[in-house]
Amino acid sequence: MKTNKTAIRYAINTIALVILMIITFVIGGVDNNTIKLKIVPSVWQCCYLIIMAASLNLVLGFLGQLSLGHCGFMAVGAYTAALVSLAFQRAGVYDEKKGAAFMLVMIVSILAAGILSAVLGLLVGIPALRLKGDYLAIITLGFGMIIVNLINNIPFCGQQGLSQGTASSALYANGLGFSNDEKKGYMYVAVLAVILCMALMFMFVRSKFGRIICAIRDNEIAASASGIDVSYYKVLTFVFSAFFAGIAGALYSCCNAALATTSFAFTNGSILNSVFIVVMVVVGGMGSLTGSIVAAIGMFLLNYAIKNGTWVAALPGFLQNVFTYPMLVYSIALIIVIMFRPHGILGTSEFALCDIPKWPRMVASHFHKSDKEAEG
Amino acid sequence: MSTFIQFIITGLRLGSVYALIALGYTMVYGIIKLINFAHGDFIMVGGYTLYFVIPIMMALGLPGWTAVIFAIVVCACVGMLVELLAYRPVRKRGTNLTALITAIAMSFVLENLAQAIPAIGPDPRIPYILFSKTFSIGGVSISEATIITVVVSAMIMIVLYLFTQKTRIGRAMRCVAEDKEAAIVMGINVNRIIITTFAIGAGLAAVASLMYISQYPKVITTMGATLGIYAFVAAVLGGIGSLPGAVLGGLIIGIVQSGANTYISSSMSDTFVYLILIIVLLIKPAGILGKNVGEKV
Repeated sequence: MKTNKTAIRYAINTIALVILMIITFVIGGVDNNTIKLKIVPSVWQCCYLIIMAASLNLVLGFLGQLSLGHCGFMAVGAYTAALVSLAFQRAGVYDEKKGAAFMLVMIVSILAAGILSAVLGLLVGIPALRLKGDYLAIITLGFGMIIVNLINNIPFCGQQGLSQGTASSALYANGLGFSNDEKKGYMYVAVLAVILCMALMFMFVRSKFGRIICAIRDNEIAASASGIDVSYYKVLTFVFSAFFAGIAGALYSCCNAALATTSFAFTNGSILNSVFIVVMVVVGGMGSLTGSIVAAIGMFLLNYAIKNGTWVAALPGFLQNVFTYPMLVYSIALIIVIMFRPHGILGTSEFALCDIPKWPRMVASHFHKSDKEAEG
Repeated sequence: MSTFIQFIITGLRLGSVYALIALGYTMVYGIIKLINFAHGDFIMVGGYTLYFVIPIMMALGLPGWTAVIFAIVVCACVGMLVELLAYRPVRKRGTNLTALITAIAMSFVLENLAQAIPAIGPDPRIPYILFSKTFSIGGVSISEATIITVVVSAMIMIVLYLFTQKTRIGRAMRCVAEDKEAAIVMGINVNRIIITTFAIGAGLAAVASLMYISQYPKVITTMGATLGIYAFVAAVLGGIGSLPGAVLGGLIIGIVQSGANTYISSSMSDTFVYLILIIVLLIKPAGILGKNVGEKV
């Protein structure tokens, strides 16, 4: 009976993913300006945000350690992918952004981004993870800043970003940076990357490793007393998470014409900073990968509505200013979520597609239970 | 030689400012074991208060520095509000991790709120320059601001030390830091002590912002973030929770930064600060003067 149920779950998920891929291909084939200029860039952005949120969740939600330098790894991934693809282009492996050779280069640069990030994660993780809690947060913040600082001082990366650096005239014309048409054509790459990354992360979390890191999160001393090599598993998770941050960075460099290190700093005006990623993870639920996916998409849509919505212009002056700096809104949302649900909206629970019909009953029973608790 | 002396003097001056800010971090951390990320933004609040109040004080015929009294009051109020509205409710329900995330969020709230208020605005402001006289001794130039910064900071530190050692509230603070439950049993109102600590820490940040803007006359909404991080590094370096440690750490960070600026490159001075932090955390996680306390099971 049980295996039967699992098989049905897998079948439903597979069908859903196949439908998703078909939709992606169909959208990729349609020639429509709204799709090309609005939906496709949004999908790319969602894709790297999802991977970033989920990979940070491995560290923050499952391992229970706050890392504030996650965007540093993303920066490493983005620069690696851009430089690797540029190198191949200079070597004459591909001229135009199509054909098997380019596909191969793209795969190689995305993987290279992940691997270099993971190596850096190892270098950062071994010393940093001897600490925990507050100190770990600060030290990862420091590492994130050092990474960005170093990239700034590497001559061929340059402070102005790759579009104006000495190495390349424009990423847009040569390397991975896609034009709008190419973004549309290659959208399936981004979606496929998300599916693969999420599948790997789910497998990690549900494996022996996942159970071990949850044990470390719940009680480190008890975990080490039961024979778990705590620092080994901490570093492993950190490296694993950095790998995916690197891949997210590669996707970022695919869908942006230029790279600049300011986009990966700890604080900046745009949404791509380490704190925004923390907001996504906490809102979705610390310890819920599906929650991270939903939160990443939701926060992206919210941000999109704030940035592009006409309703903002209709607001009175002060409120309009508030929405010009949307981190204010997100931070307040973060504080409110933490106040009322310290582990995020979904907490540590995951949801599955085939459970959706059961949701009304679950919600009802939840309220029933809390009523009883109130009475008791 | 004169370059060397100059860099030491600049370092001491920067270091005294960092030390004042680091004291606020260290006091709050000592009591509630929370890195108050918003502490850096109290400096920004102080800076803007000074920017607005100094001209008023001058118009009233008082010396400009008296504006710092207003800044201290405003900062202390903001500090207490942050504790009451955000930290206390979260501390009741959540863990250390959620409290830390709240602190980071609070820092972003203050920073972005300041940007959103039109009168404060996103553009940097140039405050009135206080203490602009400069003396020159044997090729080394010392400004009035440097002397005042170093002397006033030293005085404040001594007073603060005596306050925590001798007065009733100061003793209660140390008691709460050592053992919260025991403090409750002894009849100490823990919440009141925590809020007093926030007020004192934020007040120190206001003084630091006066020192800082007399050195770099520019007020901007993001000034707290970087200053706060340096001061935090200083607090960790000296041993978080220890007052003399914060002062020592502040001076070290100030001198290292001014040395990196003078002899290496100003764009790399951040990297050196973080490298020091990382090395110290790896060798002696409790900091130079901190006590290493093992975790009880």
